[in-house]
Amino acid sequence: MLNHVIEEIKKSELTGRGGAGFPTGLKWELVKKEKADKKYIICNGSEGERGVFKDEYILKNYLDDVLDGIRIALETFKNSQAYIYLNKKYYKDLKPEINKKASYIKVFKKPEGYIAGEETTILNVIEKGEKEPRKKPPYPTQKGLFRKPTLVNNVETFYYISKIVKGKYKKTRFYCISGEVENKGVFELSINKRIETILKETKNYPKFDFFVQSGGGVCGEILLKNELRKKVSGIGSIIVYKKDIDPFDLMEEWAKFFVEGNCDKCVPCREGIYRLYEMIKQREINVPAFNDILNVMEKSSFCPLGSVAVVPFRGLYEKILK
Amino acid sequence: MKIKINKKEYKAKPGQTVLEIAKQKGIKIPSLCYHSDIEPSMSCRLCLVKVKGKKGLFTACSLLAEDGMEITTKDKEIEQARKTNLELLFSQHKEECFDCVYKYNCYLLKLAKEYDVEITRFKDRKTDYPVHRFGPALIFDSSKCIDCRNCVDICQQQGVGFLKVEKGKKEFLNVVPDKNKECIYCGQCLVHCPVGAFEGVGEFEEIEKPFKDKNKTVVFQIAPSIRSSIGEEFGMNPGEVVTGKIATAVRKIGADKIFDVSVGADITTVEEAREFVQRKKDFPMFTSCCPAWVRFVEVYYPEFTKNLTTVRSPHIILGGLIKTYWAKKQGLDPKDIVVVSIMPCISKKYEITRKELFLKNNIKPVDFVLTTRELAFLLKEKKIDLKKLKEEELDDPLGLPSGAGVIYGASGGVMESALRTAHKEITGKDLGNIETKEVRGLDGIKEAKVKVGKRTIKIAVTSGTGNAKNILEKLKEKPNLYDYVEVMACPGGCIGGGGQPMPTDKKTRKKRAQGLYSSDKKKKVRLAHENPIVKELYEEFLGNKENIHKICHTKFIQKQ
Repeated sequence: MLNHVIEEIKKSELTGRGGAGFPTGLKWELVKKEKADKKYIICNGSEGERGVFKDEYILKNYLDDVLDGIRIALETFKNSQAYIYLNKKYYKDLKPEINKKASYIKVFKKPEGYIAGEETTILNVIEKGEKEPRKKPPYPTQKGLFRKPTLVNNVETFYYISKIVKGKYKKTRFYCISGEVENKGVFELSINKRIETILKETKNYPKFDFFVQSGGGVCGEILLKNELRKKVSGIGSIIVYKKDIDPFDLMEEWAKFFVEGNCDKCVPCREGIYRLYEMIKQREINVPAFNDILNVMEKSSFCPLGSVAVVPFRGLYEKILK
Repeated sequence: MKIKINKKEYKAKPGQTVLEIAKQKGIKIPSLCYHSDIEPSMSCRLCLVKVKGKKGLFTACSLLAEDGMEITTKDKEIEQARKTNLELLFSQHKEECFDCVYKYNCYLLKLAKEYDVEITRFKDRKTDYPVHRFGPALIFDSSKCIDCRNCVDICQQQGVGFLKVEKGKKEFLNVVPDKNKECIYCGQCLVHCPVGAFEGVGEFEEIEKPFKDKNKTVVFQIAPSIRSSIGEEFGMNPGEVVTGKIATAVRKIGADKIFDVSVGADITTVEEAREFVQRKKDFPMFTSCCPAWVRFVEVYYPEFTKNLTTVRSPHIILGGLIKTYWAKKQGLDPKDIVVVSIMPCISKKYEITRKELFLKNNIKPVDFVLTTRELAFLLKEKKIDLKKLKEEELDDPLGLPSGAGVIYGASGGVMESALRTAHKEITGKDLGNIETKEVRGLDGIKEAKVKVGKRTIKIAVTSGTGNAKNILEKLKEKPNLYDYVEVMACPGGCIGGGGQPMPTDKKTRKKRAQGLYSSDKKKKVRLAHENPIVKELYEEFLGNKENIHKICHTKFIQKQ
């Protein structure tokens, strides 16, 4: 019989808050079902891209809840070991406190680079210091860290696990609002709110013409003013831009981020992003090449990074630049 | 288990990938970075296929077959993605093709044609990437590299780890040599590189050098393993034995004599069997005819140098005999003889530079080493189609080996040959069944206990220095594990050497080895010590210790 905790998580309909939105209860069930002498739990706190800073907020304000979530996982999975995987800054700020409060959890420092936060890459980093994603299947839930079933959940997810078990989960999430706004910050609000409402309720709705990037930080989708009846997906970020911003400056920043942050393993992502970066730097988009590159990045990259990186470029080009 | 590929049903075994099944059934799926020796790196993104009921494109090299799976290997969307990825691959690889190891069979160019690729769509981003040279053996032109990292993987698998990935300029990770390590010159990087970023030193700029001096007698000697592989360069099947055609071909390009390194192997066998029988300490004895293996020991496991047999490798012995025994018989000054070895090997280019192998007056036993590929290239440049040639005999007397000398080219061959002769040395009688099947085949490590008279000899045969490394580590714990160990640096032995035609993979190695064993079977003389020329040599020339030592034995570099 499955653990009642897992039943509760399933009932809560909690989805992963690391960006991919996988049903958390199902993930726990998959790890639980695997037969293995050892299992691993990883709390992913590697955030570090533009417009995403909610894990930091949670860790600094609600560390005890996050640790409680991890403790629940440790109790749920027999013979398990937990890691907290933190970016350089959070690691420095929080390691002593975590060690004091939960010495049984290993605190691991994430190396530089965006890709090092991707879940299968984390496994390679912890095992052998290699910043490269792994092929799936097998999924981490089947063969994860040291080939053992592994649960990888985001900081926020663990926070809400604790809430669920305490019966205090009210279907909220943490939104990061940044960019050209008056009231930048992290806000815990209902998961069902529309972007428009969120901006208004947090006193962030701009008075000027604008567009937003919503959902996945740098990988978020571009939405115009009249498209804000959508909800926020992914990692929960809303970045507001002035409509008359130089789109090339913005794309150059993204492209640089991806060129530096990807792993250089597969052709479409390694070469494709580089070619986008070159085109953007020269302020000249060769449209057929631009589209062909986005097409192969989206459809044929090794890991999700290549395909999600496409989203902002395509959106900005279609909606603003064209 | 059954799967459908392009609506046709095929049987599949659990664990098989879609690409493996497609290759077996002759269904074309382009795959550049895939190599059967290495875990798929899945980096080139060309073997894209669709799976019915699933979103997106999948790489066939990593896609495991599932019962009832339906695969599409070709449609507009797939082809468009392949085309763009090819263009992105070419953005790293715009090269002068004229001296590339793939000049005559470039897979990238073939795909470029097939997918109507605009090769120059993106500017070459690697024009200023460096060319690395590894000793007198290998050249790595990193400006041709497409970052599949097959070379890094195979170098790791070889237990060497000389090639690694390092952050370079412009935020890219690049393949570079590790300054703290040394290359053993096995050349496995070369045969696992899909785009010709590696080549042997002199490949192919220096292949006409042996013929430069018209007044000299040019003697070719061909290694055992090349006879069952060179045909591949001319559209023949792996494993087809073409010894006679090679003789005709090299005479056409100007060789005065053609001898067989397998005769040298027969001498190596006799000497090595004797050394094994007489050896009092430092067991197990290791074979030493593979220079990459010798270098591996010298550099990484110097404490085992004393275990290497001091017997020289077959082509060095035969080269020495050509420039002494044969020269004298012919009335030639050794200085007027040019010996060219055709080898399956890159490290042989390095071996001939080792000074301790030089003869009196600093005469080199072998002047040039050309790889199997280089000889094929030379023939193609001269418009000679090996496949169409008649067969001629090799020259008397150093062109007539025993069957034992021929199987040297496959992993286990040296051991089997030596056992045939050691049996005679120890018991005075020849073996009843001369075939030692336990040491044949392509397994990385083969072990056996062989009864010779009253003695039981514990043997191991291994190929691939990664496997050898495992054996060395075991020997550190248990020094008495074996009495005699054969090691070849390349997977499968010389048939899988770094100088062989490409592709060199599991399938081709198997067939090339079969070719050699069938050749042995057909020989009247299958024991090295029964070879008439070997008997003659020992009677006329190798009777005295000085000659034996000078021609047949060497010493090794003991690093501190």
